[in-house]
Amino acid sequence: MNNLLSNERKRYLKKVKLDKILVNVTRILILLVFLGLWEVLARLNVIDSFLMSMPSKIVATIIELSKSGELGMHLTTTLYETVLGFLIATSLGTIIALLLWWSEFLRKVLEPYIVVLNSLPKIALGPIIIVWFGAGTKSIIFMAVLITIIVTVITMLNGFLATEQTKILLMRSLGASKLQMLYKLVLPSSIPTFISCLKINVGMAWIGSIMGEYLVSKQGIGYLIVYGGQVFRLDLVMASTIILCALAGLMYALVALLEKILIKKK
Amino acid sequence: MDDILKLQNVCLTYQSDLFETEAVKDLSFSVKEKEFVSIIGPSGSGKTTILSLIAGLMPATRGEILYKGKEIKKVCENIGYMLQRDELFSWRTIEKNVFLPLEIKKINTEVNRSRAIELIDKYGLKDFSKSYPSQLSGGMRQRVALIRTLSSNPDLLLLDEPFSALDSQTRLKVVNDVYDIIKREGKTAVLVTHDISEAISLSDRIIVLTNRPAKVYKEHVLNFDKTLSPLKRREERGFSKTFNTLWRELNNE
Ligand SMILES: Nc1ncnc2c1ncn2[C@@H]1O[C@H](COP(=O)(O)OP(=O)(O)O)[C@@H](O)[C@H]1O
Ligand SMILES: [Mg+2]
Repeated sequence: MNNLLSNERKRYLKKVKLDKILVNVTRILILLVFLGLWEVLARLNVIDSFLMSMPSKIVATIIELSKSGELGMHLTTTLYETVLGFLIATSLGTIIALLLWWSEFLRKVLEPYIVVLNSLPKIALGPIIIVWFGAGTKSIIFMAVLITIIVTVITMLNGFLATEQTKILLMRSLGASKLQMLYKLVLPSSIPTFISCLKINVGMAWIGSIMGEYLVSKQGIGYLIVYGGQVFRLDLVMASTIILCALAGLMYALVALLEKILIKKK
Repeated sequence: MDDILKLQNVCLTYQSDLFETEAVKDLSFSVKEKEFVSIIGPSGSGKTTILSLIAGLMPATRGEILYKGKEIKKVCENIGYMLQRDELFSWRTIEKNVFLPLEIKKINTEVNRSRAIELIDKYGLKDFSKSYPSQLSGGMRQRVALIRTLSSNPDLLLLDEPFSALDSQTRLKVVNDVYDIIKREGKTAVLVTHDISEAISLSDRIIVLTNRPAKVYKEHVLNFDKTLSPLKRREERGFSKTFNTLWRELNNE
């Protein structure tokens, strides 16, 4: 196969590959330079390592946390809250969006409520949630769901409603029922919307669970960050933040993988 | 021969919050079995509205529409509607797109599926039956759209400017293909278009509409040799004469 390629083609492919390598190398370099500068400047006391911490201390903190088993505990707590909040909000939100798609009446009636709920800063409901669900995991999950679900409903509903009118006309001319319209046309054509909704939701669920932990928790990554701040242990704050970055990135990667599986045929 | 389709004093008025639009007024015409009738009129004259009414997508404000003597009240099994664009579903293979009417009408049987596959093979899409629409050219996609319309075996085809989205080269070829398929399958067809030469090259009879609200202004029976393809018709002597007549009728109003 390879020897069938023309020289121009080979040169082109080589260039594409080179570009990709260059981008990746530069990315890693930026990170290394940043970390290196940080470490050096902190050691030379140009920046205050008490306020800014430094990479070596952060790594030491992470190692220490994982040795004592604390890291695992905090990590699973936050992961559990986030993933559960994500799943509940995504499925429930999609179902609500479906109902609203189905009934134009319901949609018109509920529109102002959705708009208000969407613009309301959900953290304002914190105290109410704590009173209702107690100062524990339940409240945190509820917060994650609350923050994620409204966006889900709005995104998915807009996706459903954006189904091409002419395709709807085609289905109507075939005598399609509303249910057939839904599962033969509206759902399949909304898969790209669903994927982008999942991507947004990953971020939203993290915001929700960390915010929830700021408010009430005794454990979890969010708790570690708040605690670290209170006792002025910036290594702990930085270490937790970096772990959070890694987790969020991992979850996003999973969704991207799902996207590849769902949209493999085009 | 009996009339397969008959419209009597059909009126349609669109309602909206601010005003109403009279799209069709006192329209009467009929179509015989296996006839190819074109309806021509300027854009906005109500052509799509007429087809939507025949397809049973909305009720007429007044008048009646009869298919084989029975009033059309809702979407009818035996009427196939082909839209301006192919409207193929990008997530379905060509074959699955063609099966769509069978699934919707709940007649997705072995017999009907193999009949549909036969159509795909017969009309030169065999190698593409497992491909996705994005892999096909515009002309081929339109052919698939026609085969999809035919898969549930309707008697009457409604064609709403099915060639207008194609470039002029592809268009002549697809017009030929579509004509050939419709004749070989022995279907009755009602085509609406604003393209005069397309109408002449395809039809047995042409109905000229007035400006909105649409009603019949003139009718022309064409007497071309039945064995001529649409492309060959364009070379006939009668072609340009008919073209001139129709052109004047469409523009002199
Ligand atoms: N759903 C609708 N509601 C209101 N007016 C419409 C609607 N559909 C079409 N019309 C109006 O009816 C007239 C005829 O439209 P149409 O049948 O689409 O014409 P054509 O297909 O000949 O271009 C136009 O003036 C158009 O604006
Ligand atoms: Mg039209």
